[in-house]
Amino acid sequence: MSEYLFYIVAVITVTTAVYLIFEKNPVFGALYLIQTMVSLAVLYILLEAQFVAAVQIIVYAGAIMVLFLFVIMLLNLDIKEETRNPLLFQRIPAILMGIALFTVICIVIRSKLLQGKQDQYTTAYVQSIGNTKLIGNLLFTDYLLPFEITSILLFVAAIGAIMLAKRKL
Amino acid sequence: MITITHYLVLSAILFTVGVTGVLIRRNAIIIFMCIELMLNAVNLSFVACAHYLNSMQGQLFVFFTMTVAAAEAAVGLAIIVAVFRNKETVNIDDINIMKW
Repeated sequence: MSEYLFYIVAVITVTTAVYLIFEKNPVFGALYLIQTMVSLAVLYILLEAQFVAAVQIIVYAGAIMVLFLFVIMLLNLDIKEETRNPLLFQRIPAILMGIALFTVICIVIRSKLLQGKQDQYTTAYVQSIGNTKLIGNLLFTDYLLPFEITSILLFVAAIGAIMLAKRKL
Repeated sequence: MITITHYLVLSAILFTVGVTGVLIRRNAIIIFMCIELMLNAVNLSFVACAHYLNSMQGQLFVFFTMTVAAAEAAVGLAIIVAVFRNKETVNIDDINIMKW
């Protein structure tokens, strides 16, 4: 059952991602990207990362994509603009470079470079305590310093966004 | 049986699509969305590796990646709005005043 679900969701994810990069209208592109993110949340649930899936929908599909749509609507872009001055001979080499990059990544995946040692958090152990509780415990003990630095990063980003959006720079 | 290789190949496909989108598109906002797509692809490989190694650290790193993505989206969209206010366009062919 979960195998079929993986293949269905994987096809949806890749299809919407490809639609995103060939879509002329930015609003439809943003909607395709939202569908990609929701499909990725389904994959996270298949991988037993329930809290990450919830945060993916709330933060990515909710907050970040609303910000994108807000800016697209605010700027009121012309759809024709894209085709006005195309760089010739760029599209075909870009797709060939993409295929080459995919080949390189697949070679790395096939090699024995990707190895790690098994940790203690098996499925039964995580389900006995709870995914969210374990993440919270780790985030406020072992990863407290990165967590606090993250708050500084968000603070600086908010100040930077306000400064950039001022009328007189 | 779905193995870790399935998830890593799916992540590689999504990352490649994102890179291709950055290379072929001229609209700055679409380029930003392709960067978000690449970050999402890396998140997927983090979670897949965490699941198949019975680890929790992959899921924690996804949160830090999401924070960086949120900060990047806020600052980047503010830059796009500032550029649009000055040049009335977000087509990156027209934004070339820093070109040498």
